Amino acid sequence: MAEKEITLMKGNEAIAHAAIRCGCDGYFGYPITPQSEVLETLAAEKPWETTGMVVLQAESEVASINMVYGGAATGKRVMTSSSSPGISLMQEGISYMAGAELPALIVNVSRGGPGLGTIQPSQADYFQTVKGGGHGDYRLITLAPASVQEMADFVDLAFELAFRYRNPAMILSDGAIGQMMEKVVLPPFKPRRTTEEIAKECPWATTGRIGMRKPNIITSLELRSEEMEQNNLRIQAKYKVIEEKEVRYEEYMTEDAEYLIVAFGSAARIAKKVIAIAREEGIKVGLLRPITLWPFPSKKIGELGRKVKGILSLEINAGQMVEDIRLAVECNVPVKWYGRLGGIIPEPEEVVNEIKKMTL
Amino acid sequence: MAKMKGATVVDIERCKGCGLCIVACPLNVLALTTKNVNQKGYNYAQTVLEDTCTGCASCAIVCPDGCITVYRKKEE
Amino acid sequence: MTKEEIIQKENLVYRKPELLNDVPMHYCPGCSHGVVHKLVAEVIEEMGMADKTIAISPVGCAVFAYKYIDVDWQEAAHGRAPALASAVKRLWPDRLVFTYQGDGDLACIGTAETIHALNRGENITIIFINNAIYGMTGGQMAPTTLLGMKTVTCPYGRDPKLHGYPLKIADIAAQLEGTCYVTRQSVEKVPAILKAKKAIRKAFEYSMQGKGSSLVEIVSTCNTNWRMTPDKANKWMEENMVPFYPLGDLKDKG
Repeated sequence: MAEKEITLMKGNEAIAHAAIRCGCDGYFGYPITPQSEVLETLAAEKPWETTGMVVLQAESEVASINMVYGGAATGKRVMTSSSSPGISLMQEGISYMAGAELPALIVNVSRGGPGLGTIQPSQADYFQTVKGGGHGDYRLITLAPASVQEMADFVDLAFELAFRYRNPAMILSDGAIGQMMEKVVLPPFKPRRTTEEIAKECPWATTGRIGMRKPNIITSLELRSEEMEQNNLRIQAKYKVIEEKEVRYEEYMTEDAEYLIVAFGSAARIAKKVIAIAREEGIKVGLLRPITLWPFPSKKIGELGRKVKGILSLEINAGQMVEDIRLAVECNVPVKWYGRLGGIIPEPEEVVNEIKKMTL
Repeated sequence: MAKMKGATVVDIERCKGCGLCIVACPLNVLALTTKNVNQKGYNYAQTVLEDTCTGCASCAIVCPDGCITVYRKKEE
Repeated sequence: MTKEEIIQKENLVYRKPELLNDVPMHYCPGCSHGVVHKLVAEVIEEMGMADKTIAISPVGCAVFAYKYIDVDWQEAAHGRAPALASAVKRLWPDRLVFTYQGDGDLACIGTAETIHALNRGENITIIFINNAIYGMTGGQMAPTTLLGMKTVTCPYGRDPKLHGYPLKIADIAAQLEGTCYVTRQSVEKVPAILKAKKAIRKAFEYSMQGKGSSLVEIVSTCNTNWRMTPDKANKWMEENMVPFYPLGDLKDKG
């Protein structure tokens, strides 16, 4: 595939192609609908014959995430992907990676829950992703793509952020973005890093004691409370820097907006259609699309909250983001929620009706 | 065959007084202290029959804490 | 001949390997872990692999193995060490990759990871310390606890009707196509220790030769939780553990 070539593919396929192209060293995953195309595409592409990337179908999501832990601990660019129930199984490993400060990419092509739920799209993993999910005081850098193009683009971005901060990063997508086909320009090829480059970029990595340097140890364990508190404080300080520097969002028609929709991922796509219909009917609606769900664009939403008459949180879940928006606007403006559950995608007209109710 | 003479050096601060070296020694060269303890409070292994040791290293091989070093020399 | 004349560098016959550092080990007096740590360090040193080893420690008594053997270590979540090792070896094929796990970690919570890593034929070695009890958490029943054996969670003895049967993980491992070497050893006496060392060496060499997975089970003691002296625990192990977990090679595809 030539570079810059526009091609048509599924979001899940874009993740796989982007991984190969951005110098990913290893993928470890387990089949689950609606994300199985990531592993299937990698298996078909055979990157181990071209870039040398390792691809392994693990025995479970638990094994997958721990393979990612092992690979990340050696400074390699490694990733996994799954969908909601599988991501639940991975929470222990994600917490360990946050504790051991390991960079890695986890892709969640989420589906409706709770439990086995449905294989249809949902955004109901917002809490799990941005509020912890696993145990302990930790955060997960979270990118929410709203298109197949962003699925492709966020792979490298997620790795860059993960390595910059030595923290796991997640792409929180959903079955709609994962399964839909769209045109995409795949990122240019970037070679996998050499052992020397890894040793330089990741002096902490357990690569074997190259040149008989002091042993490196990757662990999240520290039984001395004073030391463990220091470890936590160091991690919290890092999170503060991430919150200051890495907030990403898209603003759409907010300049004259009297009402604001806050929506991420596929819900943001619906929001754009809602805005078009509403504006035709004379209601000035804009969109703030958080691209990073953590760090959350609280400051920006706070600013917009002072300019609009009402905010609608449009989510394909029961309103999990509402509390973050309310905190951001400090109760200066009413924040309502609209969404559908169980794998149903809201129709734009339903949302327009909700906005109309807000104008009354 | 020339007789072998051995000597053991016990790192008494690492010794936990488990006594496995004493059981392993075929010639009863070692014994635990009865009065003295190390900083951790353990009775530690010590050589009691110095001349008997042949330097077979059995004591050191079984020592779980790696605290015994063994030397061996052919008697002239 | 004086002791001083014997204690000379040129007369040295045994000392702990340099890779086993001077940090005092947290293990109880007489614990088998210490001997196995020493053997692992000796073999890595003798193979000249100190700069090319990536080791994985478990959750259990050996969680702090990384403090004692001076190679690169990763500390795994409970039971997941073989998953870590699988990825590490695939990403770094020229490295010596091994896990060091206890019976609870390997044969209970991590059974899936253990069996699948072995069955994939990952070029790794799993060192398995089987002392038939949970040591770190205070002597609870392990998957390998013998029938009739008393622990704090089977205080009247392991009863198959209540607790099921002890698991012979090495026997399962030997049936798997992916394993090249499965052996059961012990470290209570000098000859056994020398054999166990040879087994670890063979497993590590097979890993580096790409022959597949190796499992080295060490039938061990936990004198503290068995409520015995170290010497008595060794004898109890020989009399009770070894008949159920017989020593020797179960498989060698060399």
